[in-house]
Amino acid sequence: MARMKFLCDAERCIECNGCVVACKNENHVPWGVNRRRVVVLGDGEPGEKSISVACMHCTDAPCAAVCPVDCFYTTDDGIVLHDKDLCIGCGYCFYACPFGAPQYPQQAAFGGRGKMDKCTFCAGGPEPDNSQVEFEKYGANRIAEGKLPLCAEMCATKALLAGDGDVVADIYRQRVLKRGGRPQTWGWQRAYGDKG
Amino acid sequence: MDNHPPMKLRRRRRAFLWGVLMILTVSVALPTAVTWVAAQDAEHANPRAEFWRAVRQGAAGFSTVRGPQANVLIDSRGEDWRLLRNGPVAGFGAVAMGSMVVLLLLYSILHGRVRIEGGRSGRTIPRWSLFNRTLHWYTAILFIVLAITGLSLLYGRAVLIPWLGLDAFAAYAAFAKLVHNYLGPAFAIGVVLILVLWLRFNLPEKTDWQWIKAGGGLLGRGRHPHCGFMNPGEKIFTYGSMLVLGIVVVATGFVLDFPNVPQPRATYQLSQLLHDAAALLWITIMLGHIYLGLWGVEGALEGMVSGEVDENWARQHHDLWYEQVKQGTATQEAIRGPQGGGAGTPEPGRPSTV
Repeated sequence: MARMKFLCDAERCIECNGCVVACKNENHVPWGVNRRRVVVLGDGEPGEKSISVACMHCTDAPCAAVCPVDCFYTTDDGIVLHDKDLCIGCGYCFYACPFGAPQYPQQAAFGGRGKMDKCTFCAGGPEPDNSQVEFEKYGANRIAEGKLPLCAEMCATKALLAGDGDVVADIYRQRVLKRGGRPQTWGWQRAYGDKG
Repeated sequence: MDNHPPMKLRRRRRAFLWGVLMILTVSVALPTAVTWVAAQDAEHANPRAEFWRAVRQGAAGFSTVRGPQANVLIDSRGEDWRLLRNGPVAGFGAVAMGSMVVLLLLYSILHGRVRIEGGRSGRTIPRWSLFNRTLHWYTAILFIVLAITGLSLLYGRAVLIPWLGLDAFAAYAAFAKLVHNYLGPAFAIGVVLILVLWLRFNLPEKTDWQWIKAGGGLLGRGRHPHCGFMNPGEKIFTYGSMLVLGIVVVATGFVLDFPNVPQPRATYQLSQLLHDAAALLWITIMLGHIYLGLWGVEGALEGMVSGEVDENWARQHHDLWYEQVKQGTATQEAIRGPQGGGAGTPEPGRPSTV
């Protein structure tokens, strides 16, 4: 069985935010909720890098570990999903997640957050595949249709890769080989100067 | 082959010592040298590696998406929070509360109730005003409701889900969370009022130290030590825990209860840990308070129910206060509480009409 993964190639991402738009449109994500975002690091400085980030579908997911109602589950593809019927909107997954993936439709007094929403790897939720009720709660289920997440599919520079971890790793490895030795290699500049 | 004369003992020992010294020298010198060389090389460190190291450690960038910490790619402090909450906090909390229950059971079995010496006199004296009793039970009931709902959110997954199932527990947990979040601020009012209005009952007195040295008369069956309106046990554990733990629980509770005033995740993590740890300790201490009030000390409960206590109970547990009441030197406030008892305040020592 495939182990689904996202990978964002920082050498390719151009911060076009196409993935964010694709995700919002495909999943009809409500206003104020962002399942995916692009973070620019060292903005405006030489060597600026951009990375698109969403739920990383962790193997030992912190969100699942702290959920008081145990509403998270991992599919056979290694995708971390949650059941909105169980979710009580306590915010613990948001405290625990390193990537800021869990999102809430409200931020009201007395702990009013509403049901948590996050990237589903375009795999819907526990409702029947591609049913209306699944779409309304979780958005698209492209995985059930044999497709990959739309954010990666729409990425213009193919920076964002999604799919079977082995295939994604192969693609990235080929890229690294093609680009030649990268300055990321420790000691590169020591050996070859800053021209690398 | 054994015809060589055996190596002299002194030489063997010397060789051994030199060997050990050499091993020690090399094992210290080699890593030190490598670290030193690496430190000299710091200016040539790969800037890319440094860049990504900073990102991995939570360096902020820029994002067009708005939201709390949306510009931070990764902040793995949540993993620390998870490990602490699910590990030591939940673990020690369960052990503390469990130990307290066992301790109280053992105490009640081995020592039994603290009976009123000489039985009831049938005469009562006023101790708590209606206002103070209302304040006590308002705070007490909210404390119990918040403790049950709070413990459900911490331990429910381990204890209640196997019993209720996912769906039923989620329905209960949603209700529990709502109750906890709305009643929390109401409870805070009770805590603050008690801390302010009952402060003067709980100030240290000269007789306190003797009471503590005598163990408060809890152990053994000797003469109960001298004591004023409140005993040092009540001052330290009941009032003191509210002063320290109560304020922590209330302050962190407000942080957690109002996501409309968004905080960084680290603030929520710290608040949640302090809220849990302080609340668990507080519940543990309050188990002792509840036991002593409801069962452990005969005649104590009625002071908080009818507001009047038996004279013999007062003489046994709070003799100095009792003397003051008898001599009429206890101020009206110390008897009836700050808000007064309304009309019909009985004279001290007046036989109960109930």
